Amino acid sequence: MGLPNASEDLSSEMEVDAFRRLFPLRYFERHLAESIRPDARPLSRARDTTISMGAVASADGSALAKIGSTTMLAAIKMEVMTPSLESPDEGCVSIDFHMPPICSPLVRPGRPAEAAPVVAKQLSDTISSSGMINLKELSLVGGKAAWMVYLDIYCLDADGALFDAALLSAVAAFSNLQIPTVSLDDGKIVMLPEEQKEENSEKEPVNKEKRKLTLGGIPFSLTCILHKNYILADPTSEEESIMETLVTVVLDSSNQLVSLYKPGGAVLAYTSAVQDCIALTRQRVKELHQILEEAISGMEID
Amino acid sequence: MEVDRADGRNPNQLRPLACSCSILHRAHGSASWSQGDTKVLAAVYGPKAGTKKNENPEKASIEVIWKPRTGQIGKPEKEYEIILKRTLQSICILTINPNTTTSVIIQLLPCAINAACAALVDAGIPMKHLAVAICCCSAESGYCILDPTKLEEQKMKGFAYLVFPNSILSVLPEGSSLVQGEPMEHGIITSVTHGAMSVDDYFHCLERGRAASAKLSDFLRRSLQSKLPGDLSKAE
Repeated sequence: MGLPNASEDLSSEMEVDAFRRLFPLRYFERHLAESIRPDARPLSRARDTTISMGAVASADGSALAKIGSTTMLAAIKMEVMTPSLESPDEGCVSIDFHMPPICSPLVRPGRPAEAAPVVAKQLSDTISSSGMINLKELSLVGGKAAWMVYLDIYCLDADGALFDAALLSAVAAFSNLQIPTVSLDDGKIVMLPEEQKEENSEKEPVNKEKRKLTLGGIPFSLTCILHKNYILADPTSEEESIMETLVTVVLDSSNQLVSLYKPGGAVLAYTSAVQDCIALTRQRVKELHQILEEAISGMEID
Repeated sequence: MEVDRADGRNPNQLRPLACSCSILHRAHGSASWSQGDTKVLAAVYGPKAGTKKNENPEKASIEVIWKPRTGQIGKPEKEYEIILKRTLQSICILTINPNTTTSVIIQLLPCAINAACAALVDAGIPMKHLAVAICCCSAESGYCILDPTKLEEQKMKGFAYLVFPNSILSVLPEGSSLVQGEPMEHGIITSVTHGAMSVDDYFHCLERGRAASAKLSDFLRRSLQSKLPGDLSKAE
C-alpha cells in the first residue's frame, strides 16, 4: 500500500495479502521462523482428514477422501475377463487417475495436467509393491475367467498432497468393495443382480461366500516438503509451488517401507532428514489407520 | 554370506562403465553411457530462447523428452520425464540463462540420468554439481546388491534408484563442505523405490549407494576431463 523505503519495512508498509502474493517465499519464511504455517498448523501436523465410503452408489466400491481441501473420489468397477496366458490364475487391476479442470485453475480442458500420469503411475507402483491386493484372489475359474478391477480416481479439488489423498481414497474404496455375485451359465460367467437371488435358485452363485477382498499390508503415505532445515508435513498447493522439494514416504501397517519417492528438487535429503520424514510418516500411518477403521465400521452399522 | 550373481560379481561391484561424449554432431551436447549391457543415449539442445507457457521466465527451464526405442509413449515415460526433469533442474544453475529452454532427449532411469549429465556438460550448460545415479536392490534375506541387471531386478524384493550429487573437488577448505555433520555428497537428490522393504534395508541401500556413487563420480570426472583440452582447441 505505502511506498516501501527499506526492505525490512516492506512488511509493515504493505497489506498482508499483497506481501503474500509478491514475496511468497519471504512470507512463508517469516512463518517458518516461528515454527508455524500460514494456516496456523505446526510444521509436523497434517490437515484434517475425512473418508466417506460408498459415495458412488452404482460402483462396486467407492470412497471419497478429503485431506484439508484436497478431495479425491475413487470408484471401482469389476468386469470378468479371460486371464492372460502367463498368469492364468491371476486377475488384473487397472488404475487411472484423472484431473478434470474442476480441480484447479491451472488445469484447462484439452490440456491434461502434467501431474496426472505421474500420480497414476506412482499409485499403481505403490499398490502393486505393497502387496495389498493378492491377484490370485481375483481368479474365478482358473485359466478361463478372472476379475478385471477398474479403479478410477477423480481429483475434485487439488490443494497439495495429491498422492496422499489419492492413495487414501483408493485404499478406502478397496475396503468398501463388494464383489458382485456371478454364476456359471452354460460354461459362461454371468453377473447376477441382487434382486434375483430368491427366484433363480438354479443359477447358483459361484462365489457366494467370497464377497470381500482380503487386503494385505495397507499402505499409507505422507508427503513432506524439505526447505532449508525445515520439514513441513502435508503441504498445500501454495506451499508446494513455492518450495519445490517434495518427499513422499509410503509405509504399510507393519512399518515396511513401500516407497520413498523424491523426484529431484533443489534441496538434498540427508540421512537425518530422511529419518525425520519416516518418523513423521509412522505417526501419520497410525492416524490414518484409525480414520479408516472408523469409516469402515460406520458403513457396517448401516 | 557369498552371493552368487549370474555374472560372477560380488554384491558391491558395478558393471563395467563406459562413457563417450560428442557422438551426435547436430546436437549441442550428447553423450552415450553404458553400464554393462544397458546403454543410453542422451542429447542436449540449448539454451534456446523462450520458455514454455507455464514455466517461470526468471529461470532457465529444462525440458526432457524420453523416447523409448520401441513402442509408444505412455505413462511410464511421462513419469521418467518428470523425475529426470526435476533432478536436472536441481543441479543446473537456473538463474544464469533466464527465459530459455534446454531440451534433453533421452532414449533408457539410472543410466539415463548419468548420460543426461554427461551430455549437459558436453553442451556447456552451467551446473552446480553433477549427479550420479545408482540402483540398489534389496533381497529377501536383507542383503543388498548394487547395479542389478534386468534379470536380477525382477528377482529382488525391492529396489531403489538413488541419485547423489557429485563431490565437489576441494577448492574449498576442508571443513566447509560439511552440512549437519555429513559431507555434501551424502545428500540424496532423487530416490524412487519399487517393492516393499524394511526401513533399515533402505538405509543400508543408501550407504552402499553412497559408496558406489563416489566411484561413479570419479569415473565421470576422469572421462569428462579427458575431453577438455580437445574442446578448448575446438573453440579457438
